[in-house]
Amino acid sequence: MATVTLKPIKTPELIFEGYSITPDNFAGKTAAQIADLPGHEGKILMRLGDFFEISGNAGETAADTNIVITGDCSRVKYIGARMTAGTVTVNGNADMYVGGWMKGGKVHIKGNMDSFCGIQMEGGELICDGDAKNHVGCAYRGDWRGMKGGTIRIRGSAGNDIGTFMLGGTIIIEKDAFIHVSTHAEGGTVIIKGDVEGRVGGQMVKGDMYVLGKIKFMMPGYQKVDTVEKEVDGVTYKLDHYIGDLGERHGKSKGQIVYANLYVPAAA
Amino acid sequence: MAQGELIIKGGFIVDPTRKINGDVGDVAIKDGKIVEKVSSSAKVIDAKGKVVMAGGVDVHAHVAGPKVNAGRLMRPEDKLRAGTCRSNMAQKNGYRMESGFSIPSTFKTGYEYARMGYAFVMEAAMPPLLAPHTHEEIHDTPIIDEAALPVFGNNWFVMDYIRKGEVENTAAYIAWLLKVTKGYGVKVVNPGGTAAWAWGLNCLGLNDRVPYFEVTPAEIMTGLMEANEYLGLPHSMHVHQNDLGNPGNYAITIDSLKLAEGIKTKNKFGREQVMHSTHLQFHSYGGEGWGTFCSKAKEVMDYVNKTKNITIDLGCVTLDETTTMTADGPFEHHLHGLNHLKWTNVDVEMETAAGVVPYVYDPNIKVCDIQWAIGLELALYAKDMDRTFITTDHPNAGPFTRYPRVIKWLMSKQARDAVLNSFKHKDKVLDAISLHTIKRELSLFEIAQMTRAGPAKCLGLGAYYGGLAPGMLGDVAIYDLNFKDMPRDPEKIEAAFQRAACFVKSGEIVVKDGEVVSNGHKKTVWVNAKMPENPQVTRDVTQAFTKGTYTMDIRNYPVRDYLAPHPFVIEYDVEA
Repeated sequence: MATVTLKPIKTPELIFEGYSITPDNFAGKTAAQIADLPGHEGKILMRLGDFFEISGNAGETAADTNIVITGDCSRVKYIGARMTAGTVTVNGNADMYVGGWMKGGKVHIKGNMDSFCGIQMEGGELICDGDAKNHVGCAYRGDWRGMKGGTIRIRGSAGNDIGTFMLGGTIIIEKDAFIHVSTHAEGGTVIIKGDVEGRVGGQMVKGDMYVLGKIKFMMPGYQKVDTVEKEVDGVTYKLDHYIGDLGERHGKSKGQIVYANLYVPAAA
Repeated sequence: MAQGELIIKGGFIVDPTRKINGDVGDVAIKDGKIVEKVSSSAKVIDAKGKVVMAGGVDVHAHVAGPKVNAGRLMRPEDKLRAGTCRSNMAQKNGYRMESGFSIPSTFKTGYEYARMGYAFVMEAAMPPLLAPHTHEEIHDTPIIDEAALPVFGNNWFVMDYIRKGEVENTAAYIAWLLKVTKGYGVKVVNPGGTAAWAWGLNCLGLNDRVPYFEVTPAEIMTGLMEANEYLGLPHSMHVHQNDLGNPGNYAITIDSLKLAEGIKTKNKFGREQVMHSTHLQFHSYGGEGWGTFCSKAKEVMDYVNKTKNITIDLGCVTLDETTTMTADGPFEHHLHGLNHLKWTNVDVEMETAAGVVPYVYDPNIKVCDIQWAIGLELALYAKDMDRTFITTDHPNAGPFTRYPRVIKWLMSKQARDAVLNSFKHKDKVLDAISLHTIKRELSLFEIAQMTRAGPAKCLGLGAYYGGLAPGMLGDVAIYDLNFKDMPRDPEKIEAAFQRAACFVKSGEIVVKDGEVVSNGHKKTVWVNAKMPENPQVTRDVTQAFTKGTYTMDIRNYPVRDYLAPHPFVIEYDVEA
């Protein structure tokens, strides 16, 4: 395993599009070659070396490459986007599209993330120690094919539109979220350990949602069917089981209609 | 138009208009036109070892107008699939950014056509009411010359005149509308069916009656062909037939083509057909349902081959994710019911409607594979390549940027077999098609007929486009292909047609080594068929605006001159 360290040396005037910052793009390159990789600041083509001091050579393959960014990336987008293996660690904040479209490997953001993290993700692991803004693990704007696999764990809270059009994978928000959870989803699991304002599972076809805090405004399209004991992220809870969205189309399996499931803490 | 002289030296010239097939020679251009010879001070372009053709002519593509824009608005994800939105050219030379895959931005549309060596593109369906916007978008598309066909097949005036059997009034209305919308010819989309869609109905048979107007699709097509020939327009009636996209529709397709029998062409533009049947792939389906869906390309082409007064274009499925958009409103609703993807529907008062739905032609789905085969079978069964044109009905069956891929498939059995062998349900697909039994590989001459000489003649533009004879416009494409020693690898054919080695448009070099080097000088082509004032039509039109049938004022209806600032008008007097 080889580690490439990026030390931020300049704050971009516009937002820097760091789409080259992935183990896949770094693999097999020396520090000097990595510094020469492209990125855009607005319409201007820049180099990674314009914004980062780079030390250490990459491994032979993406899987052998660890990337560590030692400072703040609040103005760097697309970190780890489309990566397939290896790791990226940011010791600070990151801007939009962290780990978007990623297929494998691991991204760890130690600060906060902006919107669109892990969108249309297919595999791998994305961990954020702080908060995330909107559109965690959702589909690209306009697209009907959302997150397919992998895990996103936000240790803080998230904004709205979590897991829109989700098809698979897991999203865990350890604190609160705002509105629109798993809208249009047809698979996957969303776990929110804190409170949610509302619009949970609107037009959801299939998949699971767990809200361990309070839902302030429940969707009218959900109906309680039973109370169950379930393990959620390693802890067992007694949960009320709702099915929905009753206003949406649903498929059938073995003669039974398959609904989306919403679990909330059982009423005492 | 660029001044000065140019000479393209030593290339293999392929020009079906003069029956030149690969002879080595020079093409001289002066003041934007092809000439016999130029002086020794002319700028020399070396085309040695390369193929030289006229600029391409696209007979049917949806590249401008309200439904194209509706597609752009409803599919932001299409921009993501375009890959990088910043071409190297834009970066280096300060040209405009390009975006979009199936519905490219206006700039990308112009640049990509130019890179493929195309000089002229026909926007295939313009709602007359929204012609000003269409022309603004055309003007914003760089390099390529364009024209637009207003839609007539569901127009209230037209249906009313045809019901009463008034050919002259229909013709006078068409002439008026072409003039005020700066339109080029008569487009018909799902005749009667789109009008019926306003009642939630459709016309799937040729003798279904349109609600209220009580005319049938057959009567509308016949009436419009008669009016078209009365006017002697450069282009014929250009029809998207009824019952598009449904299994078993080939029978109604042949019945519609038969309507051209007995109608004689009358025009001064060298056009021979009275009906152009567009994207025939969508209309050549057999089977009673999707389970028994199969190709009827042979049956349809047998009829086309023996009927001289019709032309067709293919509408090849390219197995891409694309966006369907058509004035066939009921069809788009039907398609939305099949794939459950997002759907836009628009009604244009008194004139037409439109719908937009994304569509994924997935190679793992049997029906998509059969559709792919049908498009190519049509071309390979064709006997007269001057009447058979390459299109993808952009973006309905695939984006126009796939023309080079279609050319590759038509020129190489090896390339076709590679696709066939990649199909998940290959055996089931082979049962429904005959493509795998066809050995024919088209020549460069035939490709030039299908993309240059043929469509130019069909559009009545044979005097300007589609050939390299002196007097024609100086649009010349040079492709990096050795006529005498064609590459064994079919991918090289696709690559050569995708990025022309050089493209000269109106006497100016606009593409060099596959990259755009100039924004060129585009023209908007339209037709002014001058007729004596027809009091009946004038009164009917005026009343429609004053008595509230239209919700707008007639003064706001025409396309103002500033919206088409570089006109190329084909003006003539109609002979009664």
